[in-house]
Amino acid sequence: MHATAGATRDAIEALYRSDSRRVLATLIRLLGDFDLAEEALHEAFASAIAEWPQRGQPDNPRAWLVSAGRFRAIDALRRRARFNAAAAELERELAEEFVAVNDADESVDDDQLRLIFTCCHPALPPDAQLALTLREVCGLTTEEIARAFLSTAPTVAQRIVRAKNKIRGTRIPYQVPAREDLPMRLDSVLRVVYLLFNEGYAPSEGDALTRTDLSSEAIRLGRLLVALLPEPEALGLLALMLLHEARRRARMSAHGELLLLDEQDRALWDRDAIAEGCALVERALAPRPVGLYALQAAIAAVHAEAPSAERTDWRQIVALYDALLAADPSPVVALNRAAALAMRDGPAAGLALIEEILVTGELGEYALAHSARAELLRRIGRQEDARTAYGRALALTRLGPERRFLERRLAGL
Amino acid sequence: MKYLCMIYDEETKLAAMSKSESDAFLGEYRTFSQGIRDGGQYIAGEALKSVSTATTVRVRNGKVSTTDGPFAETREQLGGFYLIDAHDLNEAIQVASRIPSARIGSIEVRPIMVFG
Repeated sequence: MHATAGATRDAIEALYRSDSRRVLATLIRLLGDFDLAEEALHEAFASAIAEWPQRGQPDNPRAWLVSAGRFRAIDALRRRARFNAAAAELERELAEEFVAVNDADESVDDDQLRLIFTCCHPALPPDAQLALTLREVCGLTTEEIARAFLSTAPTVAQRIVRAKNKIRGTRIPYQVPAREDLPMRLDSVLRVVYLLFNEGYAPSEGDALTRTDLSSEAIRLGRLLVALLPEPEALGLLALMLLHEARRRARMSAHGELLLLDEQDRALWDRDAIAEGCALVERALAPRPVGLYALQAAIAAVHAEAPSAERTDWRQIVALYDALLAADPSPVVALNRAAALAMRDGPAAGLALIEEILVTGELGEYALAHSARAELLRRIGRQEDARTAYGRALALTRLGPERRFLERRLAGL
Repeated sequence: MKYLCMIYDEETKLAAMSKSESDAFLGEYRTFSQGIRDGGQYIAGEALKSVSTATTVRVRNGKVSTTDGPFAETREQLGGFYLIDAHDLNEAIQVASRIPSARIGSIEVRPIMVFG
């Protein structure tokens, strides 16, 4: 009997990990409130732990949890109604409303999508969007989010509490935006997912080059978005993330140094991720105008398919950067284009471009701009100038692996 | 994870409650406690007698000394606690926000330290 109860408990725990976020998303829709829904989710799982060992697991556990959660929430409001007029009002509304708990997968998926759009609502501050998405959609704990972003749990907790108050106070709707608002709202969702990926792939500080957990959460969200809303830019972003992720194992030497594309062992690249990414790029590139994520993914795809740095189609890469720069005229894009152009036309041509960009002053504090300049100076044999530029880059970066890379280059001059 | 929710009340406010108000307040506490017991979050919880019954103990140079009451005068006094089990800090905050005294006084939520 004990063994059975233990097995049921394990099954419930597995169900919590796999399905609690989906149940939560549906409960938020049914109850119209984050906190009430989270309380209901907790109660639903507590009921499952109490009842399933005796009665056995229901045929559709997720539908059972949703309906138990909703019932418990109404019950809790009824108990609280004796002391609280607002709870009484809400309880009446919920109890009168006839809600068929529909567990058609389509509606459950829609709930997840609603939740993502609510968490990434542009009225919320960017760091709150990130924290809320990680907690409510991905199921990370407050403490895990704090560790990932080198913050403290009370700070992150406060950000989440304030965001929820804002959602409640300004009545941010719990819905997938209308067609005409979709491009702008999807932008905000994709930006959160991309930020999350980047924080996992190239953290802004600290000693580990990558924080795999955040990247895999971002890719999971990217897949979910593509499955539910296959817009070209969602396809492009997933492709971009997969093509970068494919190189993860090759990006760092055994000594923890960052390795550039031309130094990486391409046999370590993940071919399955590359194949999936390239297929997505083709779909993302079809509609016009081509989006920013699709263009960046296309560049990553050209690299991924090249047998070596020398045998890369640099002509195509420069052309893609031209398109990217036309759509997004930022100095960082211009810098990357200059590096590609140096591969196509030689280091002197690239160097001239980088110096032009540095003159505008915007990238003066950007370590990668100085390290790219140093690289080209080294290649054309201006050793002393290269040394100064590497030194400048070193002074500007806090990242261990990048520092080790720059120190190695300095030592090699 | 385990969290301690320390309940700070203004004793003067509680003392000023009428009989029916204070009955209702205690009723709310019973409902809250039952709710977190049913939900499996409850580990322990107690209410404390008035701060006027407190004794503060110190040992200095091997000598025990005691004084009446807490050593600093504050408006809100520790009046009780719940030790709860919650998924994360935000869930603990949510539970704390439903403690009746949160509306009158304040609740301090602290994670329990895990050694080793």
